[in-house]
Amino acid sequence: MNSHEHVFDDRTPGVEEHEPTASYLSYTAGLALAILATAASFIVSQTNLLWPPGIPVGLIVLAFAQIGVHLVFFLHLGSGPDSTNNILALAFGVLIVFLVITGSVWIIANLNTNMMAMPMQ
Amino acid sequence: MTAAAVPTAPAAVPTGLARGRGGGGPASKRIVVAYGFWIFILSDMVMFSAMFAAYAVLYGNTAGGPTGAELFNIRNVFIETLSLLFSSYTCGLGALSAERRDPTRFLIFAALTFLLGTAFLVIEVTEFSGMVEKGAGPTRSAFLSAFFTLVGTHGVHVASGLIALVYLVAQVVVKGLHPAILRRLLCWSLFWHALDIVWVGVFTLVYLLRA
Repeated sequence: MNSHEHVFDDRTPGVEEHEPTASYLSYTAGLALAILATAASFIVSQTNLLWPPGIPVGLIVLAFAQIGVHLVFFLHLGSGPDSTNNILALAFGVLIVFLVITGSVWIIANLNTNMMAMPMQ
Repeated sequence: MTAAAVPTAPAAVPTGLARGRGGGGPASKRIVVAYGFWIFILSDMVMFSAMFAAYAVLYGNTAGGPTGAELFNIRNVFIETLSLLFSSYTCGLGALSAERRDPTRFLIFAALTFLLGTAFLVIEVTEFSGMVEKGAGPTRSAFLSAFFTLVGTHGVHVASGLIALVYLVAQVVVKGLHPAILRRLLCWSLFWHALDIVWVGVFTLVYLLRA
């Protein structure tokens, strides 16, 4: 019986339990990484540290890296069982966001290319 | 529930690890509430994606008016970015202190979060009013309409977050850190961190890619 007490606490569904949460250290690590990514973005955009035609790609990569840092260290999306539903929902959200943004940009770019030349006012 | 009513579950199920997934009983209310709020945040992200798309499509349509490179002050944007990032950090520490039932620390971190969020808003509003004075208001060109819609909506989210924070702090002061209020704080911190994620997209797309 004793060995089971840790496993089956007498809990009504939905009653609070003490959840293990993140630590001050994980927030600080997240902050450090986020500052690093932010500073890198601003430096890359303001200097010729990167090959100039590659700057937009570099900025987008840094933005995705920083969003990843925020999701893991601040929003605590992890590989634990408590996160699986949230990650599935996030994957769907990312799909919709991707479709809306790339779809719009793609369609309008096509319209611009195929538009008949108009006399300038 | 009497001891006899407790079912003898198979010992092989890692009960502590599998709550809400069939084996370990229902997920705690905290997990369920946070999941519901997460769905709301994702729907908010979908709304922002439409505004990002509009901006990406329209940024070149300046109609002879000022371009982003002429209007934006990158130094100010960097300060805005840092204040929002640090407010996200203090918000996380505040939520942590609240969960550890440390009201004094929570109040200090909440005050810091509020100050940093306000600093962000003050810089943004100053930038907006400066642009409107220069004749670069939202009615000037399609680019500026898209800019004010995207950045303005983010600003409105930050402002409503600050109002909600005041309301939550008042609840903590009056009622103390009991579980229902801790869940509200958890949702609020999710909202605040999500705003910082949107801001990463804003400063990358709006201010850095076009500057």
